[in-house]
Amino acid sequence: MHPALQGILTIAFGVGGCVGYFYISNIILDHLIFPARGKHIARNIRRANIIRPWLFLLPAMLALGLYLAYPVVETLRLSLTERLPGGGSAFVGLDNYQQMLGEDKFWEALKNNFLWLLVVPAGSTAFGLLAAQLTDRIAWGNVAKSLIFMPMAISFVGAAVIWKLVYDARPPGAEQIGVLNAIYVYFGGSEAQQWLTIPFWNSIFLMIVLIWIQTGFAMVILSAALRGVPEETIEAAIVDGANPFQIFFRIKMPQIMGTIVVVWTTITIVVLKVFDIVFAMTNGQWETQVLANYMFDKLFRANDWGVGSASAMVIMLLVSPILIWNVRNARREMR
Amino acid sequence: MSSIAGQKSALTWAVHISVVLLVGLWVFPTLGLFVSSFRTADQIGSSGWWRAMFPTEQNLTLRTAAPDTQVQIDGLYVIEGNLFGTEGNKSTAISAWGTSSRDISAYQPDEQAALRKGGQITVQADGSYRLESDAEISGKRGPRVFVTAVVPPEFTLKNYETILISGGATDNMAKAFFNTLTVTIPATIIPILIAAFAAYALAWMEFPGRALLIAAIVGLLVVPLQLALIPLLKVHNEIGIGKGYLGAWMAHTGFGLPLAIYLLRNYMVGIPRDIIENARVDGATDFQIFTRIVLPLSFPALASFAIFQFLWTWNDLLVALVFLIDSTGETTVMTKQIVEMLGTRGGNWEILATSAFVSISVPLIVFFAMQKYLVRGLLAGSVK
Repeated sequence: MHPALQGILTIAFGVGGCVGYFYISNIILDHLIFPARGKHIARNIRRANIIRPWLFLLPAMLALGLYLAYPVVETLRLSLTERLPGGGSAFVGLDNYQQMLGEDKFWEALKNNFLWLLVVPAGSTAFGLLAAQLTDRIAWGNVAKSLIFMPMAISFVGAAVIWKLVYDARPPGAEQIGVLNAIYVYFGGSEAQQWLTIPFWNSIFLMIVLIWIQTGFAMVILSAALRGVPEETIEAAIVDGANPFQIFFRIKMPQIMGTIVVVWTTITIVVLKVFDIVFAMTNGQWETQVLANYMFDKLFRANDWGVGSASAMVIMLLVSPILIWNVRNARREMR
Repeated sequence: MSSIAGQKSALTWAVHISVVLLVGLWVFPTLGLFVSSFRTADQIGSSGWWRAMFPTEQNLTLRTAAPDTQVQIDGLYVIEGNLFGTEGNKSTAISAWGTSSRDISAYQPDEQAALRKGGQITVQADGSYRLESDAEISGKRGPRVFVTAVVPPEFTLKNYETILISGGATDNMAKAFFNTLTVTIPATIIPILIAAFAAYALAWMEFPGRALLIAAIVGLLVVPLQLALIPLLKVHNEIGIGKGYLGAWMAHTGFGLPLAIYLLRNYMVGIPRDIIENARVDGATDFQIFTRIVLPLSFPALASFAIFQFLWTWNDLLVALVFLIDSTGETTVMTKQIVEMLGTRGGNWEILATSAFVSISVPLIVFFAMQKYLVRGLLAGSVK
């Protein structure tokens, strides 16, 4: 069957199925199981109302359970087992973790991930804050914001191509077509550098790609927060003779600290999962490995599900402080 | 800041200039890709894209017309014409030329050079040439002439033609484009419906365990989807759907749900209580309240999520690699094809730039058309 036709059928089936499920299950509940008539009418309506929320929630809970909750448990189990030749698996305790901790590539990935965690959220938030503060003051600020926000819509793979062109190097003597090398040579660099093969700095060059993408996000959120800062506090500071920098750092920053933390943690999560950029640009060569790509390597190239799952659990472990913090905040807000 | 007397103009200028710089820095890389996609391989290789607007000096390899066009004039065999084709190219100026690849700028325009196979050739600055020989000129194709010329800026749509229509198997993105579309649309629409019902229950229905469920959804928001790869691939294999569109649609639906429920619930909670209470008093059931009142009122939130999910599924690589693309590669998506090109055609920037631009153009159109909803969704969706 043609995929497009299959797609249309799936939409029809999915949408029809959903609507049908909700509609029919409600009818069954209201008319067959607990009909709103007869001598138990009050009790029936009450009971129907107790069950109805679960009808509404059922499809979502099934999907969430199967696609997000179950994998967490299953990955934990896989990380403690080993596949046996010919199918089946055996419990091996922490062997997979031990093997992983003994690999240089793992430590390289972990080290790089921590570097990413330091640089990317800081860089994106700082540029986002700068862009938000500056664009709020000028007439064409919205156009400027749109353009800085635009990389948000570009895929990591697309961004990888865009930045590979920026980092491109040509042999000595030839005209440089990568902007970075063109500038480097223009200012007296000896010869074009293969930027993505110089350890340590190549990781920074990959991080720049993610900062470039995430700055727009930070800017949009922080700009809304800056607008929410009460005018009176700023006016009072002006009357007291504060200069613009003091106003920004001493008056505005403290008031939007909560939002800055939110932006920072959101970008942190993106960083922990970063995969496409490294996969497309260096594939972890030249000491640019990160955890998500290490895991993909283990799972689908080495076919080692045990170690792959163990490294996935490491990512989960790194995410969990943020997870717990978010959940606690959400619960406090609901109270 | 702007109200400080005396400092205003200098500071305003500084702000304007800083913003121009910042925007420039952010747009420049994408612009490079865009401009490069309209240039030929020769142009991309010989000058940086930022010089595409100006004439460039290029080294070109051209040929005279084929020997079967030679004519006999006064006992000499002669081929005449223009190296740049019959029309000539008025704005192109040749600064040097040669007949051997070892010394491509041996002669100035208007000089005469002896050819290795016999005969003399004269090339003018505008590209017109005269090839003379005592003996009949043989061979299928005319001799090569290497010229160094200043070529005016020129843009071409040929790259797009290659990528979308005429290219070979690895270059042609048309199929991957439709595959991406096939993945994206159902994966955007289906989670919205499922999430909307759940969000309504979490926002407006009373039942025990509601707070716990909301907390669980906030928790699931950040669960890395890397954890789901192997367990779900196993599940998909066991229930017999293996790798394919169905698996990809289901995976995208599952991964998109936490954000969808979270966004929609936050929005639905904000609907005035009076509206819903009144409807209840009037005898509307929950199902009717949901379909007739809450769903239409939630349109902005639905649109926000739809954009997120569209961008996310269109730009996705990991889910496609794991759940969709099998060994035949029939169902490849654009992101995967571009990664492959990066490996095999690393230097062919005209192909790479054009295919990357084809792939990012759709999200960019969606982005600029629906930016309002995207911003609104971001503001509601970042966990506060």
